[in-house]
Amino acid sequence: MKSIQRIFAIVRKEVRQLRRDRLTFGMIVGIPVIQLLMFGYAINMDVRNLNAAVADLSGTSASRQVVMDMTATQIIKMVGQVDGADELELLMRQGKISVGIYIPPDFDRRLQQPERAAMQLLVDGSDTVVQSAAAQLALIAQQARTSPYDDRPPVMELRTYYNPERRSPVNTVPGLIGVILTMTMILFTAVAIVRERERGNLEMLITTPVKTPELMLAKILPYVFIGLLQVSLVLLLGHFLFDVPMRGALLDTYIVTLVFIITNLALGLVISTLVNTQFQAMQLAFFVLLPSILLSGFMFPFAGMPRPAQIIAEALPLTHFIRLIRGVILRGASLQELALELAILGGFIIVFMSIAILRFSKRLD
Amino acid sequence: MTDLAIQAHNLAKTFGKVRAVKSLNLEVPRSRIYGFLGPNGSGKTTAIRMLCGLLTPTAGDISVLGHSIPRDAEALRLKVGYMTQRFSLFGDLTVNENLQFMADIYTLERKLKRHRIGHAIERYGLGNLVGQRAGTLSGGQKQRLALAATTLHSPELLFLDEPTSAVDPENRRSFWEALFDLVDEGTTILVSTHYMDEAERCHALAILDKGSLVAEGSPEELQNRIDASIVTVESDQPRQVGKMLEQQTFVHSSAQVGNVLRVMVAIDEHQPEQAVRAVIESAGLSLKHCASARPGLEDVFVAATRARKSRA
Repeated sequence: MKSIQRIFAIVRKEVRQLRRDRLTFGMIVGIPVIQLLMFGYAINMDVRNLNAAVADLSGTSASRQVVMDMTATQIIKMVGQVDGADELELLMRQGKISVGIYIPPDFDRRLQQPERAAMQLLVDGSDTVVQSAAAQLALIAQQARTSPYDDRPPVMELRTYYNPERRSPVNTVPGLIGVILTMTMILFTAVAIVRERERGNLEMLITTPVKTPELMLAKILPYVFIGLLQVSLVLLLGHFLFDVPMRGALLDTYIVTLVFIITNLALGLVISTLVNTQFQAMQLAFFVLLPSILLSGFMFPFAGMPRPAQIIAEALPLTHFIRLIRGVILRGASLQELALELAILGGFIIVFMSIAILRFSKRLD
Repeated sequence: MTDLAIQAHNLAKTFGKVRAVKSLNLEVPRSRIYGFLGPNGSGKTTAIRMLCGLLTPTAGDISVLGHSIPRDAEALRLKVGYMTQRFSLFGDLTVNENLQFMADIYTLERKLKRHRIGHAIERYGLGNLVGQRAGTLSGGQKQRLALAATTLHSPELLFLDEPTSAVDPENRRSFWEALFDLVDEGTTILVSTHYMDEAERCHALAILDKGSLVAEGSPEELQNRIDASIVTVESDQPRQVGKMLEQQTFVHSSAQVGNVLRVMVAIDEHQPEQAVRAVIESAGLSLKHCASARPGLEDVFVAATRARKSRA
């Protein structure tokens, strides 16, 4: 009973302070909205509209067909026709094109000679994304060799599940919930305690009968609701702006997110026990945020990462959340099917809370 | 139960290589104002923090209100109040919200809470300020609020760490009036200060210097016990006279107060006034007036901290 009175005293105080701190209050709403718009529109892993130029010295119907096929993929956008390989190289050096297509005068004859390359694709290798796109283009050229007019079905048919249009936002938005929560939640609790240490409030608080677990719990509670608010905002915007589907139960989405919110808040508490200033707290929060974004599978597929990176990724809460949230929102998976990932997040909470409570000392030394 | 609120034996605290407090022995009686007088860095704050269980002593034993500290620090929390040197309430909450918060943290029951807060607001003259953010209060108002908040749970023992460093003299006076009211109700107060006028108000004083206790007693005792004589000198050339006197072996120090020089003379000089007069006249400097004076607390302080330097 007394514990509850003390916890609510601190919660009430946190909420009051938060309401009066306009910048933080604005960030609660502003960060998710801006990030969603930014990432939703800008993060586009599908390579489209690479500038390309063609030097077609053959000028036959076959060569024109190949160029048309390539253009039709929308991977490249034709920006010019030139007369030779030299000019293609010049344009690439100037950065005007990323892809150059060189078709030699004897293109038709070369097509009939399997041991010789029929044409050349010049690719700006300084961007790896462009390189992989070029590999796709090379396949088209390959088809040209067999015969462009052949109406046999292609050897392999590609089918994409869950995001058949291969639109990035559908993949990005659920993961973005995780990134936004990692970014805001860790900082909220870390700063909430460190700020009080800097302002001297903590020296006063630790001379009162407040117990450490009470203080920790009271610091987490208000931010849980803020986290849920942010999630709702992202889900709503994602649904209306980017048509992100909601295949699983909405309740499951919130359960999964709630667990992840608490994980991050607890991690923030751990950070607060390690640092002395708000600046240090921010540095440490970003130390967690950056690998979370890069290794969690949010940006790059987990399966493609080398083993050490995967091990590090498994230690990041965001990795597990991304699996959970994509499972629930995009694949309509049930929580039973995702129980393991959920349990891992629960494990993080227990570990982080224990560390925070053990490390937080009601002493100054 | 003893009539001592605080007992400390051989208390010491070392931070790395710095010995902040060196083997301190203390006995603070109940219902008294006990002062720690010392310059910045003399170990006042460190000593207070150890006494209320915020710092673990490197050595020594502490007993506060019958609790062994730091072992029973948590049990002590409800019985003591600690006012930090820095204003440590919440600047972005109003006066009333701060008081409500503290009452809840000490889990005052609803009726008692209303009564105590109402009483505190009246007692510390916060009536017009209840809706104002604590961060916008003046120094004196902040101190009154801090004292009100620290005493809401009626602690038996109050630790005040330099409570009036940012307060004007008038507010300081009323602050001390409030402290005497609290003592009247049975509260024991341990206050640290570097102001002589504050130290003079304490029932008993410990003078701290570089982590050691160099003198202890009531202000009067200390003034009577001082092992030096004070001579006041008026001169047209106070700076030259002062510098000349400080070179004399029988003079401990000289300090200028307006037109008057306060000269501290070694206790073994049996005729301090004549001795001072003689050296000034033989140096051919101006001398208008010269007389013995009663030592003040500042003299006690200078003598106590000086004695250690010469021994060292």
